[in-house]
Amino acid sequence: MIDFARNVRLWFAPEQVREEGHTPDYRFSLANERTFLAWLRTALALIGGGFAVDQFLPDLRWAWRVGLALALLGAGVLCSLRAVNHWMRCERAMRRGEDLPVSRFPALLSVVVAIVAVAMVVVVLVGWEG
Amino acid sequence: MSPPKTRDPGLQPERTRLAWRRTTLASTVAAVLAVKTALHGGVSAVGIVACALCCVLWLTFLLLAHHRIRALAAPATPVVLAPRHATAAILCTVAMAACGAALVL
Repeated sequence: MIDFARNVRLWFAPEQVREEGHTPDYRFSLANERTFLAWLRTALALIGGGFAVDQFLPDLRWAWRVGLALALLGAGVLCSLRAVNHWMRCERAMRRGEDLPVSRFPALLSVVVAIVAVAMVVVVLVGWEG
Repeated sequence: MSPPKTRDPGLQPERTRLAWRRTTLASTVAAVLAVKTALHGGVSAVGIVACALCCVLWLTFLLLAHHRIRALAAPATPVVLAPRHATAAILCTVAMAACGAALVL
């Protein structure tokens, strides 16, 4: 948690990042940036999915519809915050010549997406009449 | 690096530029869905405000992406993405999700 707070400070203070270690090959930094963008797209897709649930499933019971939409929007927010945090950690690890940070997040996200998918199946089978 | 840059055979700057383009496209889709949600079922004050906010957020993201794409297209060795820049892109996304939550509820 303290680590996270320090990272948040670094998001807004790019000069501090440059003080540590040495600048890695720019290609590694660009690869890191692309990974960040891929996670950002995942987040945007989740947010878009939240809007889509709200818009394109109007026959659904209110609680189900809002619950699913909010779950997807929340997952999108988490995903985007984690994207910038992970990008920053990778960038710092590369500057210091350390191993890249490992993360539990991809597994966590896939479990959440699976749960939402199962919930959708249940909703389509049971809750449609509402 | 003062001598003329040799072309990177891995096309890293180009790939990164296209990644920004894809992300802009994803952001556009999200913004369109947001506007549809905002204007669905009649015009309301909350809807109008959220719609305008989503448009502004989308434009901000577009501007950020454009900025970065221009930096990557420059002939010099590409500079690393600034953390402030990344944070701004993330904040646009988070704010759009917040708009969504306000609209859905």
